Amino acid sequence: MGRITLDKVRKAFGEVEVIPPLDLTIEDGEFVVFVGPSGCGKSTLLRLIAGLEDVTDGQIRIDGQDATRVPPAKRGLAMVFQSYALYPHMSVRKNIAFPLKMAGLPQAEQDKRVTNAASVLNLTDYLERRPGQLSGGQRQRVAIGRAIVREPAAFLFDEPLSNLDAALRVGMRLEISELHKRLETTMIYVTHDQVEAMTMADKIVVLRAGNIEQVGSPLELYKEPRNLFVAGFIGSPKMNLLDGDEAARRNAATIGVRPEHIVPSATEGPWQGTVGVSEHLGSDTFFHVHLDGRKEPITVRAGGEVDMHHGDRIFLTPDESRIHRFDAEGLRIP
Amino acid sequence: MATQHSRSAARVMMAPAVFLLLVWMLVPLCLTLYFSLLDYRPLRGTFDCCEGLGNYVRFVSSSAFQDSVVTTLMMVGGILVITVIGGILLALLLDQPIFGQGVVRILVIAPFFVMPTVAALVWKNMFMNPVNGLLAHLWRFFGAEPVEWLTNVPLLSIIIIVSWMWLPFATLILLTAIQSLDSEQLEAAEMDGAGFFSRFGYIILPHMARAITVVILIQTIFLLSIFAEIFVTTGGGFGTRTLTYLVYQRVIESQNVGLGSAGGIIAVILANIVAFFLMRIVGKNLDA
Ligand SMILES: Nc1ncnc2c1ncn2[C@@H]1O[C@H](COP(=O)(O)OP(=O)(O)OP(=O)(O)O)[C@@H](O)[C@H]1O
Ligand SMILES: [Mg+2]
Repeated sequence: MGRITLDKVRKAFGEVEVIPPLDLTIEDGEFVVFVGPSGCGKSTLLRLIAGLEDVTDGQIRIDGQDATRVPPAKRGLAMVFQSYALYPHMSVRKNIAFPLKMAGLPQAEQDKRVTNAASVLNLTDYLERRPGQLSGGQRQRVAIGRAIVREPAAFLFDEPLSNLDAALRVGMRLEISELHKRLETTMIYVTHDQVEAMTMADKIVVLRAGNIEQVGSPLELYKEPRNLFVAGFIGSPKMNLLDGDEAARRNAATIGVRPEHIVPSATEGPWQGTVGVSEHLGSDTFFHVHLDGRKEPITVRAGGEVDMHHGDRIFLTPDESRIHRFDAEGLRIP
Repeated sequence: MATQHSRSAARVMMAPAVFLLLVWMLVPLCLTLYFSLLDYRPLRGTFDCCEGLGNYVRFVSSSAFQDSVVTTLMMVGGILVITVIGGILLALLLDQPIFGQGVVRILVIAPFFVMPTVAALVWKNMFMNPVNGLLAHLWRFFGAEPVEWLTNVPLLSIIIIVSWMWLPFATLILLTAIQSLDSEQLEAAEMDGAGFFSRFGYIILPHMARAITVVILIQTIFLLSIFAEIFVTTGGGFGTRTLTYLVYQRVIESQNVGLGSAGGIIAVILANIVAFFLMRIVGKNLDA
């Protein structure tokens, strides 16, 4: 079981309020991702849940039990740190067994669980090595191994993949998702990479300056961002935001349209402009188009083999049904 | 310094320094060796060659020699135990965020700047004096009979004095070691259910192993040659005559330079043996 409820949780470091009162419920078995720009309080929120930081105000409940003052070890949560935080002088086996040893499990049980975890994570051949003799991905797996042997109520991950190279990151992303499917344990995952958030999450929590901007499934956030911040944060490449007459014509202060919802053409369309930089990814091409009379370029997605070049005239047709409208406060107009 | 050229250039540049160091070390060593083979007693005017190994035999076979070796080992060992354990505890304490941290740290380091002679005199007269010393007052305050430190427990007294002087060194090095420990490791251990003592035993202590090794090695080298503290307090009496002090007595008090030099050479050999075994025992921690 791992249902975690935050009730008006507030955190201040001295005078500075990092997290204003915040409510959040994480259901049992859910994969929840905290995203947000750097410094918005993701790690702090995670550490509050873990018990590594004291809550200034409010209450944290785990499975309905008040856990606000419970020390970290007693909360039944396991954490995977960004730096992995492996114990450098212990072998991989000892690292993974450490929480079991601290819990005082009999040696036979410890061995069994370590062997299990090692085979799940492909670490069997490395059990006698020290962490210093492992690659980044292997260290990451050891850190995860150390977390899963405890059979915790929930896993907490703080940017676990940010030290890995791009290819490995994709691989580990899948492994963690698979682990979640198999264990069906609650996982809370912090990242500032919105691709990780979109691909892994059941539920995304978008944070800005300690405030929750929106909570929802990846597709909800993609389809109906509640405000400009979420609109700009979710989706890759970013949503194009336009103000001025185009927005006014649609009774909004700002409108947003995603690059994939604009059809480019060489001959006709309501918006006109010049092609700037184009990025060819093979499957897709992204054009940066300078619309006439606008400074900021907008991004447009075209199919893989569109024949247009720097300086060409281009005509764009936005998909009117998928234009997002925002009012002067930046809130979504339904 | 990758290329052949830069390597040879480096060699040429380093040559003067290497040469100077060699001369610096070799000349006194050779002179000592030379004297140790002579019957050289300046006050009696003897300067006879060809004593051979006689000085060595005489030095080693005297009962004072064995006693001095035992005394030296006990003194060095005692000081090492006190400074390492005390240093670890102090470092743990100083690592906590406390009020006036900066001042406290400077105060802790202060004894290291006190000259050995002064430190010994201060301890002898202000603390350990059985009539007026602070410790005597303290004992009397609790209704106990004051201890006559330097007469009844002279070895322990000297160990205390020298430990006081070297504690800051150990503390300083161990404190930097503790501070270089990744706090996430401690947090991970905390989440893994390790209490304070487990965290200390499984995480902090292994992390400090290397620093402890360094402290032990460096201190041993310096402690083998303790002199001023003994000279000022007991003058080598009451079973506080270390090997170094014995050599001093042979050369200066007995005016037997030959015998003293032989003792000096033996001390060098013994120190090297100790260093060798220390390296073997604790040096494991240095690689990896
Ligand atoms: N111990 C602390 N004392 C004071 N301020 C802190 C402390 N820890 C964090 N902060 C502040 O709290 C804010 C949130 O920090 P936090 O580490 O949670 O950010 P984050 O969202 O995890 O960022 P990143 O993506 O860069 O890791 C930051 O402005 C930071 O300066
Ligand atoms: Mg962070």
